[in-house]
Amino acid sequence: MPPLGDSMSNKQSEVWITGIGLVSSLGEGLDDHWSQMASGKTPAPSVDTEDQAPYPVHPIVDFDFAAQIPKRSDQRQMGKWQHLGTYAAGLALDDAGISNNPDLLAATNMIVAAGGGERDLEVDADIMEKIAGVDEYGPILNEALNTELRPTLFLAQLSNLMAGNISIVHGVTDSSRTFMGEESAGVTALQTAAAQIRHGQGDIFLVGGAYIAERADMTMLMEFGHTLWQGEHDSVWSRKDTDGGMIMGSAGVFLILESRQHAESRGVKPYARVDGIVSDRCTRQPGAAREVADKLFDQLNSQIPGGTLPVLSGCCGVQPQLVEEYEFLANLRERGIEPAVRGLTTILGNTLEAQLPLSFALASLAISRGRFFDPFDKTGFETAFSGIPEHILLSTWGHWRGECLALIGKPDVPLREGE
Amino acid sequence: MSQSARDHLGRPIVVVTGIGIVTSLGQGKEENWRNLTAGKSGIRRISRFPTEGLRTQIAGIVDWNSDERYCAPRHSINLAKQSASEAIEQAAIGSPGSFPGPLFVANSPAETNWDQRMTVYGDEAGKNLRGYERLVKNAAAGDYSRYFRLFQFASIADNLADEFGTRGQPVSLTTACASGATSVQLGTEAIRRGETDAALCIGTDGEICEEMVVRFNLLSALSTQNDDPQGASKPFSKSRDGFVMAEGSATLVLESYAAARARGARILGVVRGAGERADTFHRTRSKPDGSAIIDCITRAMADAGMTPEDIDCINAHGTSTPENDKMEYLALAAALGEELANTPISSNKSMIGHTLSAAGAIEAAISLMTIGAGVIPPTINCIEQDPNILMDVVPNEKRVQDINTVMSNSFGFGGQNVCLIFSAEPY
Repeated sequence: MPPLGDSMSNKQSEVWITGIGLVSSLGEGLDDHWSQMASGKTPAPSVDTEDQAPYPVHPIVDFDFAAQIPKRSDQRQMGKWQHLGTYAAGLALDDAGISNNPDLLAATNMIVAAGGGERDLEVDADIMEKIAGVDEYGPILNEALNTELRPTLFLAQLSNLMAGNISIVHGVTDSSRTFMGEESAGVTALQTAAAQIRHGQGDIFLVGGAYIAERADMTMLMEFGHTLWQGEHDSVWSRKDTDGGMIMGSAGVFLILESRQHAESRGVKPYARVDGIVSDRCTRQPGAAREVADKLFDQLNSQIPGGTLPVLSGCCGVQPQLVEEYEFLANLRERGIEPAVRGLTTILGNTLEAQLPLSFALASLAISRGRFFDPFDKTGFETAFSGIPEHILLSTWGHWRGECLALIGKPDVPLREGE
Repeated sequence: MSQSARDHLGRPIVVVTGIGIVTSLGQGKEENWRNLTAGKSGIRRISRFPTEGLRTQIAGIVDWNSDERYCAPRHSINLAKQSASEAIEQAAIGSPGSFPGPLFVANSPAETNWDQRMTVYGDEAGKNLRGYERLVKNAAAGDYSRYFRLFQFASIADNLADEFGTRGQPVSLTTACASGATSVQLGTEAIRRGETDAALCIGTDGEICEEMVVRFNLLSALSTQNDDPQGASKPFSKSRDGFVMAEGSATLVLESYAAARARGARILGVVRGAGERADTFHRTRSKPDGSAIIDCITRAMADAGMTPEDIDCINAHGTSTPENDKMEYLALAAALGEELANTPISSNKSMIGHTLSAAGAIEAAISLMTIGAGVIPPTINCIEQDPNILMDVVPNEKRVQDINTVMSNSFGFGGQNVCLIFSAEPY
């Protein structure tokens, strides 16, 4: 059996991207990103080397969450991660013209790709200090937890409460699911939403997630696996000949995915079309991830014309996947495809659950503006692309598990026959 | 009575061919069913960790099946392995270590607990540092690859995907207390789309630790009737004062009717329909008019092509919190109308406790067992039913009755509501 995935068949409904809400370390909104990423020069990433030192991170820009979360009572119920997601979701709903339309909001389905909510790290630090060195610390811990934890904090910790807050603040009330788990949560969220639309299990979906890199509890988790890059920021492809390592990024990204018919009936223009999302997993024996990617590419191949193909890679930077993804992309030449790769993580870092949604947003941006991004690094791996992009290949492999390829297309380019 | 492999909307019919369950009442279908129908409680005083100073000191902890040092995600993985092994064995599908379909796992977020935090804190490398600076330093200096594998958010589903050889990327999901039902719903949808002939749907939750108890106590959600653990969970009773946390897991093997018949599988029941509706009112409470959960129930019946007369009994969400039980009654009264008077409704949580992320899957499993046996497990501890809840709650004693169709409700914090409908085969 082939790997599971959402791939195009002409009989089914086309999936359009009709709304984008985007905040990252580079800025807020599509124009802000476009002006920095397609200015004719290599974009300058925003890097903080102190907050999580010795690990560089891409910090989230300031965003005025009150503009999307007007009630103070709502604001108080969330931490920064939920603020960011709820804010970006609001931007996407505005962009697609869904906000303030109760009938449409009640018919909008939601899939959130979530990580863990936020802990109060100061409270944790105090408690650790208190119980360190105590043999049977249970009763002291109980007392400390009883006095230090707050109810709102618990709700901010619950993964599904980003979705809960989006329902409460923005009124999205059809189905609501939260998928958990790093890059693959973003992958399965988008894949499921697209498959549901193609099969008439919903006309319109709000899909996305958020990640904030400036979180020491996440730095700890990633360092359990010694996966982080230390020292100066460097482009992801420059890290290829080293032991590798991730630089974490920050982003809140939500997309509106909609069936073509539904979008047309309400007179909405698409940014781009989803031509396929395929994924699989392996246990990352050497070479296995590349093998999976090769098979995934075969599944998308019928929709990909030869010649130069723009590629947006979410390459995480962890070895040996970094080398394997590099080789996979370089070897597309053997299939008669000249890849024009952009390593998105060079300028925005790895945003985990938000990684594929972020790639979707930026690929849609490039398709809709009729131009691809300028190279993000100077290693020479990223070659120029001067044409009008009709398809953009997205490559998103998890730092630990899960490989995904997706294809975003220009809506007025006909789908190819022969599936 | 159609023998077609498609339902009233032309979609592939989805059936259940394997069930596995582990709860505070025991391991496996047989032991659980025996205790459920005998009206036993699995709630005990907590012995996993000291409860001194905690307002709630009781839970339905499942600990007899492990002698490992407790670690939350590992425990959730182990519970899921037990229920999934039982379900796959019953379905006799695929080959060992190779399940022919995707995996949907409902679980609590994998989190480092105090035990792990203090283990890392105690290392040498960062001993002059404080808080997370110290933890990060020690994480970087030590070998904590086992923690890395266990505490990734996707770790529970990933471990299970390795164990059972499911296809593709597993989906690890949460809709709070509706999670288990969502896993069944996702599997059903994948089969209806024709993507797969089979799906493995698991709910698992083995995460009871001191911090979880404190968190839920802060929301005043838990019963504090510590003196009578077995009597503390009393859904629909006048004196109910909160839910009792519990652990457990259940697995359903779902298949398309066509595929199951083609391989001669024994069909345990049909997933007739599912309904969902998110609430906008409050993070821990339903809209006062119940409109979201009414809608969720109504949509499940529409999806199943059914009317209230078709529902023979209801497996309640029935958490034993003052709020839930009142709202569930209000919603059922609105959605089922006069038929509610003829529809028995029982809460498994009166015996098992509330298994949170696993509850929807466990109650789906018990709904199917109810159909198979023609016996409705009771709502125990119903000494004085809430006079404002006018339902037949099957108080204290099981009821023998032909059951063709069961509705199972799951309502989560965060306003995520799911209703599933199962029936006997054929229909």
